[in-house]
Amino acid sequence: MLKLKDISMVVGNDQGENREIIRNINVEFEAGKVYGITGPNGGGKTSLAKLIMGIYMPSQGNIYLQGQDITPLSISERAQLGIIYAFQQPPRFKGLTVKDLINIARPGIDNLHLRSTLRDVGLCPEDYLDRDVGPGLSGGEMKRIEMAQTLAREAVISIMDEPEAGVDLWTIQKLIAVIVGRYKKNPRLTTIIITHNENMLHICDEVLVMENGMLVHRGTPEEIWPHIKDEIECKMKELCSGDIAYEIR
Amino acid sequence: MKLDEIQTNLLKTIADLEETPRGAVNIRIDGTPVMRHSSPGIQITPKLDKPGFDLVVAPGTKGETVHVPVILTKSGLKDLVYNSFIIGEDADVTIIAGCGIHNSSHMHSQHDGIHEFILHANSKLRYVEKHYGEGEGKGKKILNPTTTVHVAEGATIEMEMVQIAGVDDTVRKTTVHIEAKGYVKMIERLLTHGAQHAESDVEMYIDGAGGSGQVLSRSVAKENSAQVFRAALIGRSDCTGHVECDSIIMGDSKIKAIPQLVAEDARAVLTHEAAIGKIAGEQLIKLMSLGLSEQQAVDTIIEGFLR
Ligand SMILES: Nc1ncnc2c1ncn2[C@@H]1O[C@H](COP(=O)(O)OP(=O)(O)OP(=O)(O)O)[C@@H](O)[C@H]1O
Ligand SMILES: [Mg+2]
Repeated sequence: MLKLKDISMVVGNDQGENREIIRNINVEFEAGKVYGITGPNGGGKTSLAKLIMGIYMPSQGNIYLQGQDITPLSISERAQLGIIYAFQQPPRFKGLTVKDLINIARPGIDNLHLRSTLRDVGLCPEDYLDRDVGPGLSGGEMKRIEMAQTLAREAVISIMDEPEAGVDLWTIQKLIAVIVGRYKKNPRLTTIIITHNENMLHICDEVLVMENGMLVHRGTPEEIWPHIKDEIECKMKELCSGDIAYEIR
Repeated sequence: MKLDEIQTNLLKTIADLEETPRGAVNIRIDGTPVMRHSSPGIQITPKLDKPGFDLVVAPGTKGETVHVPVILTKSGLKDLVYNSFIIGEDADVTIIAGCGIHNSSHMHSQHDGIHEFILHANSKLRYVEKHYGEGEGKGKKILNPTTTVHVAEGATIEMEMVQIAGVDDTVRKTTVHIEAKGYVKMIERLLTHGAQHAESDVEMYIDGAGGSGQVLSRSVAKENSAQVFRAALIGRSDCTGHVECDSIIMGDSKIKAIPQLVAEDARAVLTHEAAIGKIAGEQLIKLMSLGLSEQQAVDTIIEGFLR
């Protein structure tokens, strides 16, 4: 179980002023469940994920993994304890191949497992295993390779940051099937999916909505979806009030 | 010939040699040739006027590999050698060279190789050269290769030069001439650390129509080391050429990269790319989030980059 207690994070902006991008978050993520986090761009979803992975440090609050306070631990230590974060924008490497990265994610992975992992993200092993994870890959390919590392690691806590972004519809369906089949049913694993995709949200046991660095709603997808739709309408009206009349059905 | 442990290890590191290779071979240890075999297609004979050999590949010889490593284990030795590699028409062979120095004294060890490659029409050569130094002595390990390459019509050479560890001082000079439809690909991999200094100076003249030359360099400079890389492409016909130098800079090291393009014919198409930068923080974070320590992440990135 992963628990965030009173987590806030302050960053300085270009003008030298401080801004709170994460505001007093209290939440628990249980094992055996899939969580969705959604909300407007800039709401703080990625920042929250980076706080859990140890890439960002909170200015206040603590993070507990299975009762242990992991707030002071480094990224590597948290990874070793069983947290993984699939980047929203994975970095590229010159000279490291898809196979290299998956081998790092899961040391000693056997060939069969390696290949099936690539197929799980819709990539043909023959074509991709020896490819450089470098400038020669498309954005969608990068995202799928990122997900392959996460699936191969099968960590206790998996955080996936917009796994659907830039990925074709076939692969999204495949990812959904893998998450439902392998993660949702496993009582040991906690899965957190940051997403803007309705289908992804609907496989979640619980959905959290973040806005302005705060958790503003929380519930099952069925409970949350009407809220989100209402808010989309309000936002559109706000944006479009003025000289252009705009009707939203 | 009986090799001691240091010699055996050096040969393994620079030329992947664990036993006596089959086919043609020339092994030079501490300034003297200790093993020399020719094969029907590849003749190796000593030069008469100076130290070194002529390696002559008969026209049409295909698929042979020849090993010509040099090792230095006596400190204070300054070894100078002149080697010629003559590849006959339509031949297609691989040459594995390399120089390993073990120096555990305060005196310098130095090997200067003057190499000449002559590729006859439509021949093909793959040349691999590894530099490696070891030993705890204060004496420097110095390597200064000077290479000239002449590529005749339709011939192809792929040169891979690797210097990954232990060489204190290198000045490498390479001059290449390419005739019509000739093709040259030069790959350099370099890692320097401590107070090491490495310089490489490439001049590639693409003289003939349809000729093509590529220089691809990747290097990592650590600690206080210094690197200078200059690659000039001189296009003198309807030809293509490309230089790429990409470096990772760390610690207090210094890197100077100077790609240079000279077109002496309006039909020449010459391009270059150069980049120097430190390891991106995002790359480290990514590998650490997969469970590597920061040091392991750095090592993994460098190893991949220089592969
Ligand atoms: N390291 C940082 N320094 C300064 N500001 C930051 C930093 N990281 C995030 N922010 C700011 O915090 C806010 C939240 O960003 P975050 O990336 O967490 O949003 P998000 O919810 O993931 O958005 P999106 O849906 O677009 O991915 C943004 O306004 C962003 O500019
Ligand atoms: Mg984000």
